[in-house]
Amino acid sequence: MKKIIPFALVGATLVLAGCMSTSISSADADKLTAEVTANSFQSKGIAKVERLQQDEANRLCSAANVAGKPLAADVAAAIEAAQLKTIQWPTDGKFLGDHAKGEKIAQSGKGLTWKDKADRVNGGNCYNCHQISKEEVSYGTLGPSLYNYGKLRGVTDPNSPAAKAVVEYTWGKLWNARAYNACSNMPRVGHNGILTEAQIKDVMALLLDPQSPVNQ
Amino acid sequence: MKRKLALVALLASSVMGLAHANDVEAGIAQYREMLQDGNPAELFEMAGEELWTTPRGPKNATMEKCDLGKGPGVVAAAFVELPRYFADTGRVQDLESRIVTCMVSLQGFDEAKILKTGYAKGEQANVRDMATYVAGASRELKINVPQDHQKEREMYEVGKRLFFMRSGPHDFACATCHAEDNKRIRLQGLPNLTGNPGDGIGFAAWPAYRVGNGQMWPMQKRLNDCYRQQRFPEPKFASDATIALGVYMGVNAKDAKSIAPAIKR
Repeated sequence: MKKIIPFALVGATLVLAGCMSTSISSADADKLTAEVTANSFQSKGIAKVERLQQDEANRLCSAANVAGKPLAADVAAAIEAAQLKTIQWPTDGKFLGDHAKGEKIAQSGKGLTWKDKADRVNGGNCYNCHQISKEEVSYGTLGPSLYNYGKLRGVTDPNSPAAKAVVEYTWGKLWNARAYNACSNMPRVGHNGILTEAQIKDVMALLLDPQSPVNQ
Repeated sequence: MKRKLALVALLASSVMGLAHANDVEAGIAQYREMLQDGNPAELFEMAGEELWTTPRGPKNATMEKCDLGKGPGVVAAAFVELPRYFADTGRVQDLESRIVTCMVSLQGFDEAKILKTGYAKGEQANVRDMATYVAGASRELKINVPQDHQKEREMYEVGKRLFFMRSGPHDFACATCHAEDNKRIRLQGLPNLTGNPGDGIGFAAWPAYRVGNGQMWPMQKRLNDCYRQQRFPEPKFASDATIALGVYMGVNAKDAKSIAPAIKR
């Protein structure tokens, strides 16, 4: 017991130092942030203040970032399980559309800002973060390169039983990336209605069709 | 001036024609360097200085007695210590909100009206120009945003939480793009704003003149457009959320040299 006391003192000193440097508890800072947020934003066009309401997954991932430590494994697993349930599989059983249309969707970063009309066809924002085809040199680096995506995964016939697991995973990842990685930075493209089912099929073809420029 | 702007456009278009990403970045750095003696921001800076010293508003007074944190009338080196707490308003304020405070108290302008005015319109254009002038009076100085007052420390904590707040249809937070080193959106380099990203980068570059659209953007407009692209609702001008983010970025960027008003793509 005696041995533990110095450590407890050190701990108490650190906690005290932490309080002195911020003068506000984490809980109070959360409360103040909620007040500031409620008073600071206004609806504009289609971007309504309701967009500030975080779902459970966003609330937990944001809090983990503020704390500077990853989510506990069981919390992450619970988020992933819940997000997995949201995935809607293609209604006609077909996973791939047109890769040329997919390229156009991947190029476009349009849609869902306060300047956009509600009926605007959204883009996928894909090139903003990923390398995709070799021809497009203006690509972002926030996400991994998707060049040769299907080829590297051995997809020669997307309709074959051998390709089934990769094809389904890719669909699921596009629909709701956080089913596989609780705090992934990737938008939940299908789940949040950024792209339609038909558009996701076209992006699937861009990534997985052996004829797509991505797989040359 | 026109010739210089034409040169910018020409260089910008030739830059875009280059095939390789690194070449493009090198090209942008090159034309920024060529422009450092002819940054159009200086026109806004001069206009701002004239506004500062000209009697205006219902009280027909100048802004020369404005207290930007270093005492009434001190403009030099004030910008690099903003946002900070002001006892007279009981608020932490950034450069633009403080300029509005002085326009109201010294010159008699209507605060609510200025806050409602759109970017670059009416008196907001004057706020922009004066912000550019005040920022220019801290050129080459190190960012040193204070954390002495309890409210300044509270605003840092609020700013940090807003920075990491994921929401909206894309689940984006500021942190989605600005929490790692050496990342890009398309070819645009992204400063890591969780620490000091370096001299004249990120917080230490705004207000800045944007070559791409020919507009002078103070920090409020910069944050407004970030939130637009983040697919969030609109942050109100000089709202506590925008000021808290300024405190968070400014404190993180401590000792970064300010190059504001900078020139951007």
